[in-house]
Amino acid sequence: MLRMRLLVVLTLAALVAAPAAAQTEIVWWHAMGGALGEKVNEIAAGFNESQDEYVVTPVYRGSYAETMTGAIAAFRAGEQPHIVQVFEVGTATMMAAEGGIYPVHELMGKYAEGWNPDAYLPAVISYYVSDEGNLLSLPFNSSTPVLWYNQDALDELGLEVPTTWEELEAAANTAVENGWECGMTSAWQTWIQLENFSAWHDLPFATLNNGYGGLGTEMAIDNEGVINHIAQLQRMTENNAFVYPGRESAGEPMFLNQECVFFFNSSAGYGAINTGADFEFGQTMMPVDTRIREEPQNSIIGGATLWVLQGHEEEEYRGVARFFEYLSTPEVQADWHQFTGYVPITLAAYELSQEQGFYEENPGTDTAIKQLTLNEPTPNSRGIRLGNFVQIRTVMDEELEAVWSGQKTPEEAINAIVQRGNELLRQFERANR
Amino acid sequence: MSERSFFKNRWLPYWLLLPQLLITAVFFLWPAGKALLQSVQRQDAWGLNSSFVGLANFFDLFRDDLYLQSFGTTLIFSVAVTLIALAGGLLFAACADFILKGSNAYRSLLMWPYAVAPAIAGALWYFMFNPSLGIIANALEAIGYDWNHALDGGDALLLVIMASAWRQIGYNFLFFLAGLQAVPNSVIEAAAIDGAAPVRRFWAIIFPLLSPITFFLIVLNTVYSFFDTFGVIHATTQGGPIQATSILVYKVYETGFLSQDLGGSAAQSVVLMTMVIALTFIQFRYLGARVHY
Repeated sequence: MLRMRLLVVLTLAALVAAPAAAQTEIVWWHAMGGALGEKVNEIAAGFNESQDEYVVTPVYRGSYAETMTGAIAAFRAGEQPHIVQVFEVGTATMMAAEGGIYPVHELMGKYAEGWNPDAYLPAVISYYVSDEGNLLSLPFNSSTPVLWYNQDALDELGLEVPTTWEELEAAANTAVENGWECGMTSAWQTWIQLENFSAWHDLPFATLNNGYGGLGTEMAIDNEGVINHIAQLQRMTENNAFVYPGRESAGEPMFLNQECVFFFNSSAGYGAINTGADFEFGQTMMPVDTRIREEPQNSIIGGATLWVLQGHEEEEYRGVARFFEYLSTPEVQADWHQFTGYVPITLAAYELSQEQGFYEENPGTDTAIKQLTLNEPTPNSRGIRLGNFVQIRTVMDEELEAVWSGQKTPEEAINAIVQRGNELLRQFERANR
Repeated sequence: MSERSFFKNRWLPYWLLLPQLLITAVFFLWPAGKALLQSVQRQDAWGLNSSFVGLANFFDLFRDDLYLQSFGTTLIFSVAVTLIALAGGLLFAACADFILKGSNAYRSLLMWPYAVAPAIAGALWYFMFNPSLGIIANALEAIGYDWNHALDGGDALLLVIMASAWRQIGYNFLFFLAGLQAVPNSVIEAAAIDGAAPVRRFWAIIFPLLSPITFFLIVLNTVYSFFDTFGVIHATTQGGPIQATSILVYKVYETGFLSQDLGGSAAQSVVLMTMVIALTFIQFRYLGARVHY
């Protein structure tokens, strides 16, 4: 009994002593699992050690979709975190929450002395600015698709790295003729072969500047360039010059197991490919379809940004602003970029990586940033902002699968995407008017 | 009900019923009511504005060909899962009933799959059948079948049916085993003396005696295949390819969680709820009538 009492007294004493230095807590929900999640914890720990007023607590919430859904549900219950990581296709949904989100340009303008939006790479932030050009969320992990290739295989087959779709098809055919199971495969087919293909060739993806101009936007991919591209891919499936691996990142094992010579994937696949490949690999810019253009325009990003949610104390927002400043420092950014393959979000971080000789030691790791900054973005290559975009991606996945399995012609599938996509866009418009 | 019981206190029966009624109200009536309410509203994701739209959400649903197609998929899926899971459970139970030595270990092993979380079960099957990594996919390729659940709807449906049924076999096995052990030995011995072989004894005597358990399991497995299989599908095919494995409950998730369309999702929940209530009713009315307790 006496021991029990002693225990209670000691516990109480510990509780009283703990918050001697009362720190403001900032909660950050994210969707970075595995090694990326450890890196996120490292970043938060770095910030927490750099000052003693605020504590950032990162919480892993599952996939991108689960994280966004959870944050919205929490908001409806009045339990929202301060910061939530949302993938690029959730942008329109987040923007529709007037009074729900705290635009980053407002937050930084109010609490961060000397914050300069021009420090960020235009190609990265263009996806997340309002029509007036104001930054709504802070880019955190942005990537863009690149073409990965098996260097050993190219040497063995006597092939050059392809720069056009014509060359890629010929190289893939050569690989298959010489006993490879598959010439080329692609992860994230919608993001890479439709969304980025359109931007890369300066083709419109949707009307009203790809949806930046308002909720009345309509799908615009029923053009000759896209239909011909899908027809070419379909032709390549016939002899396994292109093998469809499944949705999202399903193609990765096929490249790492040396079943396919070429692999379209996010630049952020670098970490996994670097650890998983026991062959010489390289990355290069996406090929150009010379039937449409001689020179590529620029690619668009994927990945996610950090949104700030309304409903917290002023002191806490001050802390969020401090954390965002820390997150944007060249050292933190360059480290994150070099570890993950995500692009640096500021010019300074890019220059720092150059100074550190990272690109010389790891050739090709600046491919993503080169693609993004190739040209001044046009209304077709700034980004894509559609409501119900998650569902529209599923529609695109389904219709493309119908092409790969021979149930629909490329033209039928693309028209179905336009028709079904428009229905989803109208639905979003009705719910958010 | 010829006998009537009389309580001394008029209110006592109601007091005794209260806990159960409370649980039903909190865990079923309240959420179901909320789903009904949301199904006639159109809301934005954040719940910042909502408007009453009557039955528009339901009309939208039944105008959607892919939603109608999902009914057929769900039917095939749940009938197949129920049949395979019941047949498997019964087969193993009949075998286990004969074993005397080491039967405990055998029973425990058979129960294991039931303890596996749906998402894990999905991941397991996904790996075994992965076209480029999977053991089974490679074995199938060796005998000349090109397995590809990323593109072939039939393969994908087969995969989720097998994974879902596999999880449920252990549960059915346990119930069937208990039922088999309750069959009086005298009846079986009498049949044996009359010259009925084991298989004949099983179908003529044992199986009819199992009918209450079989009926109970049919209802339970149907409900399982309608609702609890979400995790398996989510972890393997995500409803694809081309919605070949998009059963009704997966659509509810997709509409509500992925696209934040709460009205449409609630309308689908209401449709699903109605279906399962109707199904259970039919099962009790027609199957239940043929069960001998």
